[in-house]
Amino acid sequence: MTPSLIKARFIDGPSMDSQLRWLSIGLFVLIATLSVVPSLRLLVEALSQVTLSASSPLAEVLRSERTWIALKNSFYTSGLGTLIAVVLGCGFGFVTTLTNIRGRAVWVFCFMLPMMIPPQVTALSWLQLFGPASPILNTFGIAPTLGSPQPMYSAEGIALLLGIQSAPLVYLALRTQLIALPQDLLEAAQLAKASPFRVWVDIIVPLCRSAIVAGAALAFVSSLGNFGIPAMLGIPAGYIVLPTLIYQQMAGFGNDMLSQVASLSMIIALLVLAGMLLQQWLQQRSRYALLGHTAKSISFRLQRWRLPLELLLAVILCFILVAPLFALIVSSLVPALGMPLTLDTLTFSAFHEMISRQGVTKRAFENSVFLAFVSAFVLMVVSLPLGYLLMRLPMRTRAVIASLIEVPYAIPGIVLAIAFILLFAKPLPFIEISLYGTLGIIFLAYLSCFLSVCLKPVLSAMSQLDPVLEEAAQLAGARPLKRLVDIILPLTAPAFFAGGLLVFLISINELTVSALLWSAGNETLGVLIFNLDESGDSVLASAIAVLVVMLVAGLMSLLSLCAPRLPKGVIPWHD
Amino acid sequence: MARLILENLHKSFNGEAVVKNINLTIEPGEFVALLGPSGCGKSTILRMLAGFEPVSDGQVTHGEICLSSNKHHVATEDRNFGMVFQSYALWPHMSVKDNVGYPLKVQKIKSDERDRRIQEALEIVQLEEYADRLPAQLSGGQRQRVALARSLVTEPDVVLFDEPLANLDRHLRAKMEETFRAFHKRTGATIVYVTHDQSEAMSLADRIAVLNKGELVQWGTPQALYATPKNTWLANFIGRGSVLKVSEIAPQQYVNSTDLHDLIKRYSSEQVFSSVLVRPQDIRFVPADAFSIIVTVDNCIFRGERYDIELTLEDGQKLLTYSDVPMTINSPHHIRLEQAWSLESES
Repeated sequence: MTPSLIKARFIDGPSMDSQLRWLSIGLFVLIATLSVVPSLRLLVEALSQVTLSASSPLAEVLRSERTWIALKNSFYTSGLGTLIAVVLGCGFGFVTTLTNIRGRAVWVFCFMLPMMIPPQVTALSWLQLFGPASPILNTFGIAPTLGSPQPMYSAEGIALLLGIQSAPLVYLALRTQLIALPQDLLEAAQLAKASPFRVWVDIIVPLCRSAIVAGAALAFVSSLGNFGIPAMLGIPAGYIVLPTLIYQQMAGFGNDMLSQVASLSMIIALLVLAGMLLQQWLQQRSRYALLGHTAKSISFRLQRWRLPLELLLAVILCFILVAPLFALIVSSLVPALGMPLTLDTLTFSAFHEMISRQGVTKRAFENSVFLAFVSAFVLMVVSLPLGYLLMRLPMRTRAVIASLIEVPYAIPGIVLAIAFILLFAKPLPFIEISLYGTLGIIFLAYLSCFLSVCLKPVLSAMSQLDPVLEEAAQLAGARPLKRLVDIILPLTAPAFFAGGLLVFLISINELTVSALLWSAGNETLGVLIFNLDESGDSVLASAIAVLVVMLVAGLMSLLSLCAPRLPKGVIPWHD
Repeated sequence: MARLILENLHKSFNGEAVVKNINLTIEPGEFVALLGPSGCGKSTILRMLAGFEPVSDGQVTHGEICLSSNKHHVATEDRNFGMVFQSYALWPHMSVKDNVGYPLKVQKIKSDERDRRIQEALEIVQLEEYADRLPAQLSGGQRQRVALARSLVTEPDVVLFDEPLANLDRHLRAKMEETFRAFHKRTGATIVYVTHDQSEAMSLADRIAVLNKGELVQWGTPQALYATPKNTWLANFIGRGSVLKVSEIAPQQYVNSTDLHDLIKRYSSEQVFSSVLVRPQDIRFVPADAFSIIVTVDNCIFRGERYDIELTLEDGQKLLTYSDVPMTINSPHHIRLEQAWSLESES
């Protein structure tokens, strides 16, 4: 029988629908633009400087004494910060994951909060806590005498805050491993008559060692790229680290300033890359083949130790979270810095001024909300088809593309900002529109930076979706776009929403990228707080920071509310 | 209605052939089972029929239309096939009514016409009063019936079943088998039914294609497969019985009692052998005479309506038969074999 082909549709790649093909091409271009081009542009700029002449910008950067001082300072603050992060993160990790402590969700939420609060707000609140002008210390009359140094303006102050900010990273790495430990291990050790302490030392710690080191590597890398904290605490003290050096060079407007900062950011990028590779390598090594079922994870029953341990956690949280935030609130309620807070001095004028004063504050709010909203929306819309297509790729290709998307998020914001300046400093070809000095460049940088934040929950939800659900729709005659809208979207909607909310949360507080990309009229909230504090108006800065913290805590609670409908692991601070 | 023809169908994944050279002609309205152990390629064939997998070589034609070949591929969406999945594949965010009506909605059929057809489909599977429930609120059997209603609502030419009873308990299976039979009778659709359970295939299908290691072993009615299996593997796979090594004889023929006894007695003195299949009901216990075969009772297992008796021949080969009364283990007996079917050796 000769086959007749009257109705068959001709498609050159079997099983590849034309709708899908166009979608793939579009998304390929998008990923290339957002993820690959900025990194490549930076590489080209830095490599083009590698000449043998002694006057090339790279040689100049390497010859400059400031570069080496900043490098040394970066290593010192990040190293010390990592140490603090490991102590805090492991302590909280072991206690909240392994024991029957009460109110676990609340502890975890509070401990994760510092990671989500923007670094400049953290720095500002600690500045309000100590020093001669501290409203709290003044209220109690124990402030140091005027003129004595602010203890936070020091390398150790920077390291402390870097440690607090990156402790949740260590915590998360440890927790993932702890949850995977099966209860069998504990029971077997108990049958061997081991005390809980022995079990912890002999079994749990060895199994978690690599996870802790991997978390530490992550904390180190993140501290190295942190701009907000050393900018607020280091610049007034003349203490320079690599990101703040770049920031100051940018203000220099030298002859080949751009080439020099590109070289500097390549140095950071290389350090971060080395750290990431180390972390990946460790994490792979840390995968002991764990036998036994993990239906129930290990839980020690604390008896008389429970209350003291809970008190200890409360004290630590008070110190790292509550006290600074309280100081922040107090400073936003005094008429001027250095005055004690009493019933007579209590004033809401800072809040009044912030809301009623036309101009920069209002504009910064509008800009940040607008940027965060549009970024979140665009990334949500992009993540749906992108996640869908990635899931259809072979495992290896998918891993490569996923790590390409990850690159802009992993490299420090200051490096990404430089890459975008290099890309858009000249007007765009053909259309002759310059993005530099507009909100557009910040918007594009956000898209590039946060694509992976939005995509991760979506991918994880899609990978949990049974493929037969889509196949059934295919048999019903639905084409790819229809399946995407009718079947995939409703079933992964919570993950989408979470992805968008996370992007909104991170971008509304963003400082590092916008610190380099902002221009008059295009300020963001992060830049505003930074500038207000720099110009000495820390009461107004505090008032804005209080609002920002409330916004962060509110959005985090909103995410917690939808946690039961999300795949596990989408919300970092939730079981 | 049209014939579904699989011609020299071939499929390999990463150079490894999982379906080799399958030829089947399925008549319109026929109920066909693809039967085989797991990993035999039966599900891959079903996925090629549905259009989820392109074929590596050969072709699938439906009537005059070439659905799949190595040059052309009609997308699943354009095939008008129905399918019932092992995991039901109901969309959890849609009610029963919306699940069943989705194929009609995709075809842009007007809502009053759509409602009428949904109602009809739900009537066939007796789920009218569950129309507004969500799949999560239904039992396993009810979910499978919703999936059934969804597969028939567009009146497809071919309905594919992928191990639809594998997730249900034994009691429910018999009931669902009845539902499937009624469904086939009422719709007259061509059905291709994948299963690894031989009793399911035997009781439902008009014809069965038995597959092993990607190849078609035998293609025929359930009766033919039971009575005249092709080789030793299939004889062991379908029905109960014993494969005996006997003196050499041409394959694929019935052996009568006299010849069979002769072949068994000659086997011990000869090196070359053939295999024959002896069904349990073809064994009789007889008084001792020169013609009878001596056996020992090895085991006696109570099965409710009868006993399974395991026997050992003098040369050590095993035989299975039935008995209405229990028998003493290790007691000697004499038997006569009424007939046997000679088999090809397994390639």
